[in-house]
Formats: sequence, C-alpha cells, structure tokens
Amino acid sequence: MKIKILGSGCPKCKVLEKNTQIAVEELGLDAQIEKVTDIVKIMEYGVMSTPAIVLDEKVLSYGKVLFSDEIKKLLK
Amino acid sequence: MVDIFYPLQWISDKLTYNLFKLVPQTHLADSINFIIYDVLKIFFLLVGMIFIVSYIRSYITPEKTRKLLGGKKGICFNLIASLVGTVTPFCSCSSVPLFIGFVEAGVPLGVTFSFLITSPLVNEAAIAVLWSLFGLKITLIYVLSGVLIGTFGGYIIGLFKMEKHVADFVYKIKSKELEEQKQSQKDRLFFAIKEVKSIFRKVWLYVIAGVSLGGVFHGFAPEGILAKYAGNKILGVPIATIIGVPLYSNVMGMIPIIQSLVGKGLPLGTALSFLMAVTALSLPEIIILKKVLKKKLIMTFVAVTGVAILITGYLFNILI
Repeated sequence: MKIKILGSGCPKCKVLEKNTQIAVEELGLDAQIEKVTDIVKIMEYGVMSTPAIVLDEKVLSYGKVLFSDEIKKLLK
Repeated sequence: MVDIFYPLQWISDKLTYNLFKLVPQTHLADSINFIIYDVLKIFFLLVGMIFIVSYIRSYITPEKTRKLLGGKKGICFNLIASLVGTVTPFCSCSSVPLFIGFVEAGVPLGVTFSFLITSPLVNEAAIAVLWSLFGLKITLIYVLSGVLIGTFGGYIIGLFKMEKHVADFVYKIKSKELEEQKQSQKDRLFFAIKEVKSIFRKVWLYVIAGVSLGGVFHGFAPEGILAKYAGNKILGVPIATIIGVPLYSNVMGMIPIIQSLVGKGLPLGTALSFLMAVTALSLPEIIILKKVLKKKLIMTFVAVTGVAILITGYLFNILI
C-alpha cells in the first residue's frame, strides 16, 4: 500500500507524517509513505485544507492533524 | 451586572499580593496586577473563541464553500464569501491552495478575493484579544468593518475583470471530486480541542510579551505623549497603514501594545488601520500570493484593500 501526506511543508504536515509513521509501524503494515509538497499535485486531489492523508490515491482525511490512533482506525 | 471576569481579578490579586508578596498601592504592584489580569482575561477568551469557531469550522470547510460559490455572481455572494472568511483559519500558508481551489471550482475572481481579504483580517484569536482589551463594542465594529472591507474590496476587484492576471497554471489544474469526510460529534469536538491547543501554543508567548510591553508603556510613558506626535487624525492613518504592511509580527502581541498607545492619545481609527494593515496586507502574504497572481493583480489587491483600510480608519477618526 502507498500512503501520501499532502502539505506544503508547514509544521502541521510534519506532525501528521510522524504520526502516520508511528501508525504504520504499530500496525506492522508494509507501506510506503511519500510526502507531496507540490501545490499542483495537492490540488489535483481536490484538497484545499492541508495536511491531508491519502491511501492508494483515495483521500482519507483533510485539514486535520490526526493522532496515530486515529490514523490506525482509518488504515484498518 | 455581575462581572464574569471577577474570578480572574481575584486570581491576579492573590498572585500579586500573596504569591509575589508585592505591597498593594505601589506602582509596581499595580502594573503587575494589571498585566496578570489582562493576560488571564485574554487566555480565557482565546480558549473560548477558538473552541467555538473551530467547532463551527468543522461544518463550514473550504471544500464545501467552493461548491456553494462556484459560478455565483453578485454582491451578495461577495458577502457570503466574506462571512465564510471570518471562520476559516488565518494561516497565510493556506491562502494559495484556497485561491486555486476557488478559481478551479469556477468561483468568480471577485468573490474569491472577498474570501481572501476577510480570512486573515477577521479571525477568532484576534477577536478574543480585541474583546478583552478594547471591549465588545469596538470588537464588533472591527468585525463588521472587516466583513465589509472583504465584501466591497472583492466586489471592486471583480469589476476590473482581471482573470487573465492569474498565473496560467492555475487554470490548467483539474482536481478530482472530493468526498466530504464523515465526522461524528465526538470528532468535531475533538478537532476543536486540538485547534485550541495548537493555536494557543502558537500565540501565548506573544500575548504575554505584548501585554507586558503595553503595561510598561502604560505605566511609564507620560499621558498624551502620542497625541502630540501621532494624534494627527488625517496624516496618522496612511502612515499607520504603511508602517503596518512590512510589520508581520504576531498580531496577538501587537494588539495589547496598540491598546496602550490608544490610552496615550493614539486615535482609534489610526490604531484600527494599523492593525488591519498588519493582518490583511502582510508582506509574507503578498509574497505567497505572488505564486498564483501576476504583478498587476497583486498591486490591485494591495491598492483596493489599502484604500478600504484607509477609509475605515478615517471613518473612525471622524466618528469617535
């Protein structure tokens, strides 16, 4: 599975990326986490409120800094 | 009337006279007491305002707004965009995605600008600080002026028909339809609490610094010192506006300082112009917008917003 974190590099995006990393490790998933900072690519997902988390090209959440527990629920 | 802030006064008295053991009625004790009370009051209103507005924000997302405003022309949509702008976050890093998203959804340029002008100008944190220091009446006047500046500023920019002055790549973006994320009441409350924490963490130090500096000025600067130099109700407004643009300091820290200046004779309209210029016309915001706007449109945006701020400033200097 492929996870993308959308965000222009603001502090909130970094927290979301870290929490996603923790969630993936705790679930023992074989997932790649990629950061998308290019505004054009972010907009292509229809997301205006960053940070957002995308799993296999599907937007799971946007405009929120989720905790790792919340991310775990979404990834399951 | 019962003073809802009475418990805060009680806490500040305890802190000043019992914990710090300062002698009542002295200059130092009065100033410290005053600073603690103001900081507590601001913190109290900050937490309350951020919580309420963030909860509302979980319903009014930019993603929903652009669907609502797509293809809608007319000044009442400028008003709606401006009103929505009051509850959206004030971080300048979000203005580019918001701009592109709106234009891409077919929201007219003028309506988009109404949103873009009000969004940083009227935000819950500034409202909380204004309310605790200037009182409810002036805060409401500030909010109302902000909404009107956004509405008419955007409307006027729309009249210039400057669509071709938007960066070309903006029109090439095609975004996918986004599913509205499902949120339970618990999710929304949780989101609001998180927002309170994250915004509070960002501004608390500025509030303490601003109130302390304001307190020092309040206590030591002679009465009416500013009335002499900055009291000119005509010249003061444009000067305050121009000084405000490059000063992108945290506006939460700026408000207490400005309040102490008003106490020393700075006219209120001049003070409002300054605060509005700091928030709505900040240099970083302009630099960020350069990514999506061509030079001519940026200049129009700055000019229209600047003139609107000047008019507001003059209006208050005349009326009050």
